[in-house]
Amino acid sequence: MGVSGGAGYLFPSRSALGQCVVAVLLTCGSAVGLSGCLLSLTGCWALPSALNHAWSIPGCRFAVGLDALSAVFLLPVFVLPALGAWYGLAYWRAASHPANARRLGAAYGALAGAMALVVIARDGVLFLIAWEAMALAAYFAATVEDDRKEVRRAGWIYLVATHAGTLCLLAFFAGWRHATGSFMLEAAPGMPVAAAAPLFLLALVGFGFKAGLMPAHVWLPGAHANAPSHVSAVMSGVMLKMGIYGIVRAVSLLPVGEVWWGGLLLAVGAVSCVGGIAFAIGQRDIKRLLAYSSIENVGIIALGLGLALTGRASGRDDWVVLGLCGALLHVWNHGLFKGLLFLNAGALIHATGTRDMEVMGGLAKRAPRMMMLFAVGAVAICALPPFNGFVSEWLLYAGFFCAVGVKGAGELPAVSLAAVALAMTGALAVACFVNMLARVYLGTPRSETCRHAHDPEALMLWPMVLLAGGCVGVGLFPAAVMMPLEAAAAQWGSDGMVLSGMMRAVPFSRLSTACFALAALTAALAFLLNRTRRARGVRVGPTWDCGYARPTARMQYSASSFGDGVVGLASFLLWPRRCRTALRGLFPRASSFKGLVPDTILDRLVLPAFRAADRFLPRLRVMQQGRTHVYVFYILAIMIVLLLWGGAGSH
Amino acid sequence: MLDTLIHIAVLLVVPPLLPGVIAKTKAWFAGRDGPPLLQPYYDIAKCLRRGWVVSETTTWIFLAGPIITLAATLLAGLMVPLGRADAPIAFTGDLILFAYLFGLARFFTTSAALDTGSAFEGMGAAREVTFACLSEPALFFAFLVLAKISGAFSLTPMLHAPAAAFSAGIAAPLILILIGLFIVLLAETCRIPVDDPNTHLELTMIHEAMVLDHSGPLFGIILYAAAMKMLVLGTLVLQVLVPFLPGREVLRGPLFLVLLVALAGVIGVVESVMARLKMRHVPYLLVGALLFCGFGFILLIR
Repeated sequence: MGVSGGAGYLFPSRSALGQCVVAVLLTCGSAVGLSGCLLSLTGCWALPSALNHAWSIPGCRFAVGLDALSAVFLLPVFVLPALGAWYGLAYWRAASHPANARRLGAAYGALAGAMALVVIARDGVLFLIAWEAMALAAYFAATVEDDRKEVRRAGWIYLVATHAGTLCLLAFFAGWRHATGSFMLEAAPGMPVAAAAPLFLLALVGFGFKAGLMPAHVWLPGAHANAPSHVSAVMSGVMLKMGIYGIVRAVSLLPVGEVWWGGLLLAVGAVSCVGGIAFAIGQRDIKRLLAYSSIENVGIIALGLGLALTGRASGRDDWVVLGLCGALLHVWNHGLFKGLLFLNAGALIHATGTRDMEVMGGLAKRAPRMMMLFAVGAVAICALPPFNGFVSEWLLYAGFFCAVGVKGAGELPAVSLAAVALAMTGALAVACFVNMLARVYLGTPRSETCRHAHDPEALMLWPMVLLAGGCVGVGLFPAAVMMPLEAAAAQWGSDGMVLSGMMRAVPFSRLSTACFALAALTAALAFLLNRTRRARGVRVGPTWDCGYARPTARMQYSASSFGDGVVGLASFLLWPRRCRTALRGLFPRASSFKGLVPDTILDRLVLPAFRAADRFLPRLRVMQQGRTHVYVFYILAIMIVLLLWGGAGSH
Repeated sequence: MLDTLIHIAVLLVVPPLLPGVIAKTKAWFAGRDGPPLLQPYYDIAKCLRRGWVVSETTTWIFLAGPIITLAATLLAGLMVPLGRADAPIAFTGDLILFAYLFGLARFFTTSAALDTGSAFEGMGAAREVTFACLSEPALFFAFLVLAKISGAFSLTPMLHAPAAAFSAGIAAPLILILIGLFIVLLAETCRIPVDDPNTHLELTMIHEAMVLDHSGPLFGIILYAAAMKMLVLGTLVLQVLVPFLPGREVLRGPLFLVLLVALAGVIGVVESVMARLKMRHVPYLLVGALLFCGFGFILLIR
């Protein structure tokens, strides 16, 4: 998979055949991986299977292994990139992008391969190598259009953020080596909790940068918005989850921690999910909106992990199972519906040539299939029944309500406050995605660009259909996907925890029966209505605009005005910028209004900090004269200092 | 089985009575005769017999709005216990489905409103989704209180617990969430002081503005579903209220219907003695509901 893109360079830069070969190779690699993954998930292949060889890189063993946790995270790695590759054949044709199609193919394949290696690596150094390869491959895939200024800017911010995270991970693995004596990623239950806490914090910050948890999300909106859409789908649907994988894996290796570990994750998750979706409502750019919604979903996953972590510390196995299963299921679900929505957004951009939803509208009439697929994705991402998002959030709610039933006060009922944050997130998500659905697909077209839009070709449509099928399938038959998740959740369990059976107490059959009942009721009502409609006929007229006979497309409620209520409520967090001309006199002149919700943390915190550093750090340049012997002198001086320090330490 | 049949019958037949009672109460306060008590039934029946007129800009979403709203409300209605009997659908975690069914209804109602491309309907939809962001957390705080009191994670035992295991210790939290839930009821069913269903100005409406373009059978379904939502959320409020009333065991029998009608009367009184709040002040009221429910929770777990 990783080197599949290399094959593209054997063909000329405009060759569709070369691109096709790359996609086929990637799919073959994915199919092999997927079959192995499914075999191990269904238990046909005995777990754990591992491979451990010495190789030439010093201090590092080529150790890979596959256990239930890896298998859960491998599944999206093998599904989404392969679907995206086929989509990319139509979306990013070599004929129309001769300058960068081969580079995109190479980086895309490398990204997929590196992610697979991240998940199966069992040695710290190998993990870091794969991690860095993934980060760089994503950078090259996301910045293929590097002739545009905003793409370069987004790429730089991403590169800085990902390396800030990697820096923490370097410290984490160094600390790991110090605490356990080796780089091998094997459980260390004997480690004292006091030594484990800093490691946990390092892992949380380091992996949090990749996952896009709220204060460390600054790279995410720009990178997702400016990448080609199938790359955005893979970055959002799969790559962010590598950060989640890192947190889950690190916790499974560390000893059972204290309650505040979980509390910290719950707080970070609550901020991410409410903040992420509130920012999403303020966006006009469809891909920035989806990127902020990814932050929200990562926040929801973090809520589940926080619940599980709290349960792990306080010996409540049911919280561990519900929280971790909910979080892991949401990892899959988010891959399904966010992949679907990003591919859909890509098809929109392909059809209209713009990412600004204020100039779209009325596309439902021109692209009915795309609208249908978008509606499925939107209902699923709002966690509404009967689709898949509801099931994972249901598991989380079940965990939070378990937490409130505990006798005895303390911090434990506080855990259930996360249910309120989750409820608020749900309501905000409805606001956000109703807005997007309506502004893009409903109403009348607001500009000429979307009058000629149409449904995309089959290569772009079918990946979306498959993902939508996944959303519906998981929503209606949730019990079917639970077994592997349960096995993965066992990684966090205390010794002797009996997991099997705990999830069987969860009434999935009742839940799916209720969902079927809902579908049946809707179908019956629709059938009855349709009969009266056919019997009486339908008169079609203009929209009744309260007596105004000639409404125009410009008079529709715009996305900014729709989101204004929520943005106003959350203005203490969002700091929206509004430019408007004041109205004066009885007959005011033509006026204008412009609303924008920039990223508060990036614009007001991170960039000013970097600018301040830029002013201060040049003073250090006196140390750098470009003369080799001065540098050798620095090395000598530092070695002497280290020797003195080490000598003092050993006595 | 009999309980289930009675539940379904009540759920299907009684709802339009409640807006009728509200209208009658308001008329009585204003010194008018007002429309007959059963007027909403006549209205719905008439709507269902009318022809179809739809806007040329609309798609299938416009039809899905009313249909899914009614289906979701009906299913949610089967999950709340009316009186002492258990609800027909009760399983662990049904309350989450209950809350999210209303979310599903909101998704499609607001989408259907925006489907017409009318600015007024956009306005109504924007207000609906904004206010829901505050009323939904309030509802979940109330659920947490009820779950803590009952130790259960299903609506039927949770709503039976206040009356069955009433004690002085839980009275204060119950009163707090009662106030919060009543405000949520007013907001979700679009009554004064949040929304004025009878105003003549489309600019100031929420729910009525969203359905301006629906007519005939579709509008009949909307009216019916709205009345049913009032019954379902009203039941939620009443189950929390009942323990404070004298003769609570009697009231939880067939007299529960009388209580429902009385609740509609109370809503009518509220509508008669209050004016609608300014639209930008509505969030304060809903934040108030959120705080009431939140304090109820804190009082319980302190």
